[in-house]
Amino acid sequence: MMRVAEKAKSEGNIKIVEDATCTFCGCLCDDMVLTVDVDAKKITKAKNACVLGKALFLNYEEEDRPFALIGGKEATTAEAVEEAAQILANARFPIIYGMSDTTCETQRKAVGLMDMLGGTIDSTTSVCHGPTGMALQGVGESTATLGEIKNRADLVIYWGGNPAESLPRHFARYAVTAKGMYTPNRKKDRTIVNIDVRHTKSVPVADIFIQVKPGADFELLWALRALVKNRHVDPNIEKKTGVSMKTMKDLVERMKNCRYGVLFFGMGLTMTRGRHFNSAAILSLGSDLNEYTHFIATPMRGHGNVTGADTVVAWQTGYPFGVNFSRGYPKFNPGEFTATDMFVRGDADAGLILASDPGSNFTQAAVDHMKKIPMIVLDPKYTHTAKLARVAFTTAHYGINVPGTAYRSDGVPIELRTCLDSKYPSDEEVITAIYRRVEQLLIAKKRSKGANNKRQKAA
Amino acid sequence: MGSTLRIVNGRVHDPANGVDGKTRDICIKDGKIVKSVPPKTKCVDAKGMVVMPGGVDIHCHIAGAKANIARKLQPDDHRRDIHRRMELEKINTRSGTGGTVPSTFTTGYRYATLGYTTAMEAAAPPLLARHTLEELDDTPVIDKGFYILMGNNVLLYKMLQEERHEEIRNAVAWWLNATKSYTTKLVSPGSDEPWKGHRNATITQLNDKIDGFEQLTPRKIITSMVNTVDDLGLPHPVHIHCNNLGHSGNYKTTLETMKAADGRRIHVTHIQFHSYGGKPDGEPTSKAPEIAEYINNNPNITADVGQVMFGKSTSMTADAPLAWMLTRYSNDKRWVNADTECESGCGIIPFAYQERVYTHALQWATGLELFLLSKDPWRMVLSTDHPNGGAFTSYPRLIRTLMDREFRKQQMESVNQRAVAKIKRGHHMEREYTLQEIAIITRAGPARILGLKNKGHLGPGADADITIYDEHEDKELMFSAPRYVIKDGRLIIDNHEFRNNHEGKILHVSPLYDEGIEDVIRPFVEDFYTIRFDNYAVSDHYAPRREVIPTTKQ
Amino acid sequence: MDKTMILVPGRTTKQGVGLIDSKFKKDYREATTTVEINVEDMARLGLEDGCKVKLRSADGVVTVKCTGRRTEDLPPGLMFIAYGPPTSKLMGKDTAASGMPLSKHLEVELKRVS
Repeated sequence: MMRVAEKAKSEGNIKIVEDATCTFCGCLCDDMVLTVDVDAKKITKAKNACVLGKALFLNYEEEDRPFALIGGKEATTAEAVEEAAQILANARFPIIYGMSDTTCETQRKAVGLMDMLGGTIDSTTSVCHGPTGMALQGVGESTATLGEIKNRADLVIYWGGNPAESLPRHFARYAVTAKGMYTPNRKKDRTIVNIDVRHTKSVPVADIFIQVKPGADFELLWALRALVKNRHVDPNIEKKTGVSMKTMKDLVERMKNCRYGVLFFGMGLTMTRGRHFNSAAILSLGSDLNEYTHFIATPMRGHGNVTGADTVVAWQTGYPFGVNFSRGYPKFNPGEFTATDMFVRGDADAGLILASDPGSNFTQAAVDHMKKIPMIVLDPKYTHTAKLARVAFTTAHYGINVPGTAYRSDGVPIELRTCLDSKYPSDEEVITAIYRRVEQLLIAKKRSKGANNKRQKAA
Repeated sequence: MGSTLRIVNGRVHDPANGVDGKTRDICIKDGKIVKSVPPKTKCVDAKGMVVMPGGVDIHCHIAGAKANIARKLQPDDHRRDIHRRMELEKINTRSGTGGTVPSTFTTGYRYATLGYTTAMEAAAPPLLARHTLEELDDTPVIDKGFYILMGNNVLLYKMLQEERHEEIRNAVAWWLNATKSYTTKLVSPGSDEPWKGHRNATITQLNDKIDGFEQLTPRKIITSMVNTVDDLGLPHPVHIHCNNLGHSGNYKTTLETMKAADGRRIHVTHIQFHSYGGKPDGEPTSKAPEIAEYINNNPNITADVGQVMFGKSTSMTADAPLAWMLTRYSNDKRWVNADTECESGCGIIPFAYQERVYTHALQWATGLELFLLSKDPWRMVLSTDHPNGGAFTSYPRLIRTLMDREFRKQQMESVNQRAVAKIKRGHHMEREYTLQEIAIITRAGPARILGLKNKGHLGPGADADITIYDEHEDKELMFSAPRYVIKDGRLIIDNHEFRNNHEGKILHVSPLYDEGIEDVIRPFVEDFYTIRFDNYAVSDHYAPRREVIPTTKQ
Repeated sequence: MDKTMILVPGRTTKQGVGLIDSKFKKDYREATTTVEINVEDMARLGLEDGCKVKLRSADGVVTVKCTGRRTEDLPPGLMFIAYGPPTSKLMGKDTAASGMPLSKHLEVELKRVS
């Protein structure tokens, strides 16, 4: 049986690694051909990579940074593990956040660490398609792996997302110019619709562009649902959404009459007024259309393994994100156990940030609180979060130095190949080491508590 | 492990070795059952207790993509059914949630708590095998395996259309190896193409043409796969979810499917759901007698029942058109559809079986009839198609329903009377399963059907997977709380207490194939899938503890 | 000349490429500190390409450079900016019990500073 991590040809110091996977975005393209200069520790070519993938691979260098920083001072990984374990073992309400740019193997261990600590675990999902996860709980979904869409979809609608810039190969690999079993003529066999508040770089590939007024997505979705079911729609909807009734009716006819339709939606729906109601509306629209034809509605996900984070947290706890263990079992409550809220409210008294940079991309009030509490960060790069952290580990890159599993945005798990070794430890190794040390500290704590109780009784 | 253990004074039910309630010692060494151990060995005194092999679940849905969507879909299903983390002497256990689709750790612990030590996940799209394996790796204590969905595989359709049987055999063997799975599963063969490709249309007859494959019919797919699996000599035959599940009048399809096997081995799963009379779209009736009779008379057929249990369930199936049909009958409006490229469909809906509803009561009674009319417990074994008919945690109640005539009659009185009027008068309703028969339908039988020579019995060489129950008048109580559970020779449950964690292994097959088949599969995968062919096969990393079960050709 | 506008932050290729290299380098800073404004709005507000504007939301204030976009691409009243530290400063902190702060539809006041 072939072993995924070993598909490489070497000649001198040049190594060619085929079928490597790019972890930059949720497309998780697994057809990279990487040319590696082993001596220089550089990737010199990344065939098939898009502009983002090229930046990821060709900019890769093993930076000469300390293995860890404690309070800004250079430290060994072991010292940092000790410090991190002390912080976590002594915290009352710690949180792990991030997880979208690391392997499932690491994520599985991270959930275990929080289970033991009785803290909270949340992933970048909560500020990405978390609302879609909540919508799923209310209405379900009709989804598909991207290959089914490539093979069959004759109507593809992008709503509130700009894959041309965020998932650059989405069109060519999966949904617009991809050649599939029943779409041999690629784009000619499909109608592409783009719905957005602005004319993004994704609009030019579309046959139809519908510009919706900002903040009116829900109203437009709800009107479309009504029209699909032949219900009356108040003509004022045109003013509210900026979309004419004629355009809506035309879209509805196209949706009902296609053979295999797809609604891809982005954070233009989840991050704006309505949030999970928007997601629920589009998931419902997709499901409703199955009365007439085969229809899919599915989110486009950003980070390389953000889907893996939802997947792992769900199989281990029953819930996809925002999970707390302080009662000794998993509880789910978005708004309470989600990272932004825990930092903004000042609930968290320690944080471990795993492969993410909330120090840069969270709201200021959250960042202000992060500065007040001991933070631990694992990242191959020096980030805004690392800057404010008490303990910062330098870790190896997943998908370049570290093998493991990542889930594509449609739930297809892919095994990552490596192309270069790293002197830095993997996230999984660091989390495992922290786990072991925290376990010892908690046992010791329990014993001393027991001894104290005895002493008190004796007195 | 290097440890030894002796179980003494227990009444042993080991049907595979012809032991029916005799008191005898069971000796364990290094995780296996042996003839004898040194006299000073640690003893478990099983006086007044019943000793059986660990339970074997031949058909359940516990891990992988669809189970996980079902978890994400239904926080309401498990938020009140918590499973706490435990701090044990040597190791801690993980917390989780239960409900009808428990989290992975909870699944493992709860199976063990019921005395089950092996469970087979019954349906995974091969493309998503890694997901299934990762979840199974996080399912503690029990041994486990999974079946890959091959009844709607587009490449196999193309090969079959051109009668390339030799290539089909090699391709199926390649797929089993590439996914580390246990056997092939057919789910409503032929139904995905009209569903995905023809506006959610359905297929109803075994001789219907399949959309886009004019030479193919469900019958041809069934025959091909029965022959292929038989020729490969897999320990377990093809595992079939027949066409028309849940539809009135479907017993004819089921009989036709069994006849299509033409004397070769097949396993027909959750056959209760396929044993209905009545007109299409009309009310179902029970055709359990016809189905049971056919199976009684045809030793090439094995089946599990797929009993319906009243209460909350989750309908999750590769049979997407079925889930769509069920939305008409569900009060819960949530529906999930999930297509897997070139391989499978999937449908999920939350569901509840209610005593007062005619159809639900009829389904419940039909399952019981199948059990009670079965003359060979080795070939008609227990399942609820967890969590479709009910959760595996309801097995003890089902066992009591089979063993306790009065309990059964009481229940019969409390359900929709129109549904059970005819069934109630049947002579077989008086039958009571014996402990020995229960041991067959819950462990010895499934193990034999699966071809697991080291499971389901207590003879020397068997895996030391053993359950010891207190004898009790109330069989539900007895089977819900074993006194001791031993997995691979380790005491997991000791005097009713969960004492030890354990990691079970993956059971899979590895049939031989001509590697030239990769040249046929590769271009298809590269054209019509979205991952590279060389990224398809799962590496050993995904099954760190595993056992290859040999085929009859190896 | 204060004016309330809607700011839509989002991903761009430049921002994506920039963050891989380093968030502390010029390219990324440049990519994340330029706001796109409709040309008609710019004319009305007396703004030119490259001049600096102050954006104020209920939660924060940032100063960024502005650049014009045609009406076909960006309707009046709407502005676009790549994700980055400035958008984080403007983002809301209330998640309405969802975990998600409003981050793509920010009401901001715009003021020219140079």
